[in-house]
Amino acid sequence: MRLAEHVRRMSWLYEVTISAAAVVLALVAGAVLIIVSNPAVVATWGYFFDYPPDALAASWTVVSDAYAALFLGAFGGLRALSNTLIHATPLICAGLGVSLAFRAGLFNIGAQGQLIVGAMAAGWVGFTVQLPPVLHLVVAVVAGLLGGAVWGGVVGLLKARTGAHEVILTIMLNYVALYLLQWSLTTEAFQRPGRDDPISPEVHPSAQFPHLFDTRLHMGFLVALAAAVAVWWLLARSTAGFELRTVGANPHAARTAGMNVGRVYTFVMLLAGALAGLAGTQQVLGTTYPLTDGIAGTIGFDAITVALLGRGSPLGTVAAGLVFGALTAGGLQMQITTQTPLTLTTVLQATIVLFIAAPALVRAVFRIRARRATGPVQALGWNA
Amino acid sequence: MRLELEGLTKRFGSLVACDHIDLTVEPGEIRCLLGENGAGKTTLMNMLYGLLRPDEGRILLDGTPQTCTTPRDAIEAGIGMVHQHFMLVPVFTVAENIMLGRESTRRLGVLDQRAAEQQVRELSERYGLEVDPTARVEDISVGVQQRVEILKALANDAKILILDEPTAVLTPREIDDLIEVMRTLKANGTSIIFITHKLKEVKAIADRITVIRRGKVVDTVGPDASEASLAELMVGRPVQLTVSRRAAADADGEPASGATAEPSEEQAAESADDTSDTRPVQLRVERLRVVDPAGRAVVDDVSFDIAGGEILGIAGVQGNGQTELVEALMGLTDIAGGVIELAGQPITHLEPRARLDAGIGYIPEDRSHDGLVPTFSVAENLVLDLFRRKPFGSRGRLSLSAIRTNAEKRIAEFDVRTSSMHAPAGTLSGGNQQKVVLARELSRPLKVLLAAHPTRGLDVGSIEFVHRRIVAERDRGTAVLIVSTELEEIVALADRIAVMYRGRIVGIVDADTPWDELGLMMAGVPPEAAARQAEEHPTVLGALEDAS
Amino acid sequence: MSHRGTVQDRGLTTDERPRPASPPAHIAVGESPEERRRRIRTAIVAVTLAAIGVVLAATTDAETVTFALSSRFAEDGLPDLRLPALPVAVALSAYALVVALAHLFRGLRGRVGIALWTGFGVAFVVTFLCWAAAGATFPLTNQLQGTLNVATPLILGALAGVLCERAGVINVGIEGQFLAGAFAAAVVATVTGSMLAGSLAAIAAGVLIAGMLAVFAIRYRVNQVVIGVVLVVFASGITGFLFDQFVEQDTQAFNNPGVMQPVRIPLLGDIPVLGDTFFNQTPLVYTMYASVAIVTFVLFKTRWGLRVRAVGEHPRAADTVGIKVLRVRYQAVLIGGIAAGLGGAFFTIGFTGGFSKDMTAGQGFIALAALIMGRWHPVGATVAALFFGFTQQLQSQLQILDTPIPGDLLIMAPYLATVVAVAGLVGRVRPPAADGEPYVPDATK
Repeated sequence: MRLAEHVRRMSWLYEVTISAAAVVLALVAGAVLIIVSNPAVVATWGYFFDYPPDALAASWTVVSDAYAALFLGAFGGLRALSNTLIHATPLICAGLGVSLAFRAGLFNIGAQGQLIVGAMAAGWVGFTVQLPPVLHLVVAVVAGLLGGAVWGGVVGLLKARTGAHEVILTIMLNYVALYLLQWSLTTEAFQRPGRDDPISPEVHPSAQFPHLFDTRLHMGFLVALAAAVAVWWLLARSTAGFELRTVGANPHAARTAGMNVGRVYTFVMLLAGALAGLAGTQQVLGTTYPLTDGIAGTIGFDAITVALLGRGSPLGTVAAGLVFGALTAGGLQMQITTQTPLTLTTVLQATIVLFIAAPALVRAVFRIRARRATGPVQALGWNA
Repeated sequence: MRLELEGLTKRFGSLVACDHIDLTVEPGEIRCLLGENGAGKTTLMNMLYGLLRPDEGRILLDGTPQTCTTPRDAIEAGIGMVHQHFMLVPVFTVAENIMLGRESTRRLGVLDQRAAEQQVRELSERYGLEVDPTARVEDISVGVQQRVEILKALANDAKILILDEPTAVLTPREIDDLIEVMRTLKANGTSIIFITHKLKEVKAIADRITVIRRGKVVDTVGPDASEASLAELMVGRPVQLTVSRRAAADADGEPASGATAEPSEEQAAESADDTSDTRPVQLRVERLRVVDPAGRAVVDDVSFDIAGGEILGIAGVQGNGQTELVEALMGLTDIAGGVIELAGQPITHLEPRARLDAGIGYIPEDRSHDGLVPTFSVAENLVLDLFRRKPFGSRGRLSLSAIRTNAEKRIAEFDVRTSSMHAPAGTLSGGNQQKVVLARELSRPLKVLLAAHPTRGLDVGSIEFVHRRIVAERDRGTAVLIVSTELEEIVALADRIAVMYRGRIVGIVDADTPWDELGLMMAGVPPEAAARQAEEHPTVLGALEDAS
Repeated sequence: MSHRGTVQDRGLTTDERPRPASPPAHIAVGESPEERRRRIRTAIVAVTLAAIGVVLAATTDAETVTFALSSRFAEDGLPDLRLPALPVAVALSAYALVVALAHLFRGLRGRVGIALWTGFGVAFVVTFLCWAAAGATFPLTNQLQGTLNVATPLILGALAGVLCERAGVINVGIEGQFLAGAFAAAVVATVTGSMLAGSLAAIAAGVLIAGMLAVFAIRYRVNQVVIGVVLVVFASGITGFLFDQFVEQDTQAFNNPGVMQPVRIPLLGDIPVLGDTFFNQTPLVYTMYASVAIVTFVLFKTRWGLRVRAVGEHPRAADTVGIKVLRVRYQAVLIGGIAAGLGGAFFTIGFTGGFSKDMTAGQGFIALAALIMGRWHPVGATVAALFFGFTQQLQSQLQILDTPIPGDLLIMAPYLATVVAVAGLVGRVRPPAADGEPYVPDATK
């Protein structure tokens, strides 16, 4: 018993170590990119062997300037912090949706589509319906949850009924959702009167998430944290979660033990969709207010990297959401002050996950001792 | 070719799978490697075949040390291997499988399909191994697939042929054929290493027998050694060779119902003496049909019934519909027709969950695939089917403490050897994994127990344990269905034996039916004809089996 | 089949052998419940489509529909094809309905089945066009040309996927290979002024991403869907970063490659209607044609192809006969990278003449869908890609024609079609058995 606890704690420590190491490696890779993409600095490397300090100093300056700006943009003061949390909020929720599906052995690439449909539903209730303040917000949020749940649930149902692979289904439904949004923003029900561009009216103040601490940070962040706690409880302490984890770890054994695997898939995708829908809801009711065709940005795709960095655990997902929220918030600041393109953060994000996904590689670089490998994702091929 | 292994050693972590093994095989010798499951036989052969790299020791062929680091090297050195799990690509044709790795090509690497087919025809003619080179491997029977495997090795001019548990997929008659092939090869000077854990085969086939136990060579003896002495060498202690189906309640003095808490012990004791015909039928199957995705009937018009306190054994070569039959009984596969009744109630269209609740216990044939969640803890695996019921779950909440208490109890009761109840089930040995499955399935009150290959891949100690538990369950009044491809196991345990062939039940016969008769039924010969033909053409193994 | 009779027939004393008396049970007995379900599901979808066709035919409100058979700017083009819209639409939709119903009640199989289904597809599309373009002129050659433009990269990408997945490596990262190829082609072609250099650079970029996929999937055994998704993000990030940092600073110097010149093939190029569309194309398109043939031939007729398929189906079996599984997988993935890189090049130097951020807009994922709809077969994938190209092009045509359907809805069609297809319309889809499973050579089991 005590030994098992010990081992469990060790594995937790190990995962955090790997994750931290991956972030460091990614920052190093990013630094290299910053250096080689700066002609002035590259020029100093041309005479490196004649006078090394020039190259080193110049390199240090561009990298440290960029990363300092990134850090300040993410953590330097209340405004920066609130920006980080604002960006983290939808990432956490959508990331939870992806994580939850992971745990059931499903690869939910459809957070983007679920998020879009969720935002459409919540937004429509927000700017069309008239209701008293608190009630309006609640109804709009529920609409967003339902919208996402439908878009996710369809995938679960199709997988359960026909065995269609969820990766293909979710990728396709992402595009369907996007075109649905684009089309809806040309209809009377959604398009702002008097406008030709794809934009809706603003949601009524009664349906907006209240702000916190006099910043742009809104209550949606607290909702995201609550969602993380709920997902944790579901996975660790509920019978439904036990069933879900069993299906994820070994669907054959789950079936043999009398579980209805198809039903679990449907249930999980409904929940995963609802969580992603919640992310869309937070965007439209907390951040943008009007619905636009760019409402989802790349949140739904970033959610996949968030879930991977978070190792499929709710706590990990919150942490990963905060990391990527900080990268986005800081990246914007970095772009403004040092003209380093924001796209660098996309590279960082991808690199972090690359290293996370290949622990053997990180271990090799940092000479960390190996543990028994346990990946977060069970699903292997199309046959799974 | 003369093969010598010197001090061959392989470690996996802390486990020493092969411990300084010395072995010499003379040209034209049939050498049996006898050992329990997990003794290290296959590991040893995988090293010889270049699939695993030895940690220590060396391999000599005709006195020359070899550096076989890949199968290619081994093949070129003249070593061929027929693996226990066939190494054939199911969607390829026989010819494609045989030419793979040594393809005959025309210019630019273009395959010469016709030459390959011609070569297969020649080979199969020369060794009398009939196959259709253009047939797809997934469409041919396992027996024929084995022929393809042997041809594959022969196509590479193997001088040393390793056969890893080759008889598991054959009928006794086919085993005779295989022995014939082995003798032909031997006459041509081919050395054969024959891996098995079955004592009788060893005696029928081998020139010499090397017994391996826990990674070490224990002894090398001649084929005249007695079965009892071989068994003792193999296991390391005297063993009772067959678990008698009648022995359960009194064999080791333990009350049979010790397995579970629910039913009373008196009930168990009294039921043990009853005869089966006075008991009600617990499981009735009528005209059951299962059709595979390609439209073929894999379970065809199967009818039988099992009374409480009776064991019905399903014998047959692997792949004759047993798997599908059991899955149909559990509700895991769609059925195309027929009726299943449990204690008089139709359950034909119930979900697996409902069947479990109605009192069916199920030991699936592949425990790590279907029986357990290897990444879950032992404790979690013990409640895989009951987690929603009190005390483990109530109103959607999971009671971790109840799960722990249950685990403590079951682990002690079933003697599961694990470092902790929190250890992932996948880290347990095969025998202990099966004990976890048993502990879970027998912890519910059962009317029917379906046991598919309950001892496959287990060591002798675990086999004894599993057999005792199953017989004890029978003695408590449960109707038991056992599926096994090991005829010995069926004969030892079953009260009646049903033989399956190509989805049909060829016949249901008494447990004391002669071995060769069962063997013929496994090849599809109906009981009466089988009885006649068995007398006319006794097989080597059959004579040995019936004698014991 | 050969299952029967082979069990007992061997041996020297064949005549005396006891023979099985019971008849073999492994004979086809009609369709399994699963097949039946699948057929009915397929039929329901088909009947629905046919019914839509009937409704469209019934609401066709102009007398004639015109199909333009040559470009408006062609000097000696063919005359337009005029058809009576209503009768044609009614007849064709009725045919489609009959085929769908026949499948529902009887099931259509074999060559006749394939022919009837092909007719079904054509009938539905023409019915739709009669309705949509009634009273107007539908530019048929434009439609074909556009189809080819969209389908060319899709086909190349899908071929890359076929090579990877036949060898057992799932490739979700085609989109990333496209982006890298498109970017490299644009920049290098601009800097060097050579389309050939641009194409080679695109190949290098495609192979580079393929190399990352290979190393992570084969060497580090990372989950292959994960690595594919991450590579898309990575390629998007790196091309975006380089675009922002360099390319946009001086578009003339870095991002002005122009478009490859079409080369007319003698004789073939003179075939009416089709010749100009299919045989007056850029070398990239011809490369695509050749690639389809080469990949098909190599996979199914050569030693290397046999080995690729073996490691994708049963790597351990391949290993035991001395095939270097990992090496074959590396080869397949990297060679696939060539095709995907060229597919990427088409976006810039084959079609638009310049790179913009994330310009491939998900076409890499459509290529993946084509590969799956095409059942991991190069020709099947090509047909699926042509279908996707056709619908995408149709969407832009119809916007010009001002039809009742909004383009945003029509553009969903390929995506919805894929959903319907993977949900069972295309019959039993069987990926390579070891697709997505990493292989560990020195394994204990």
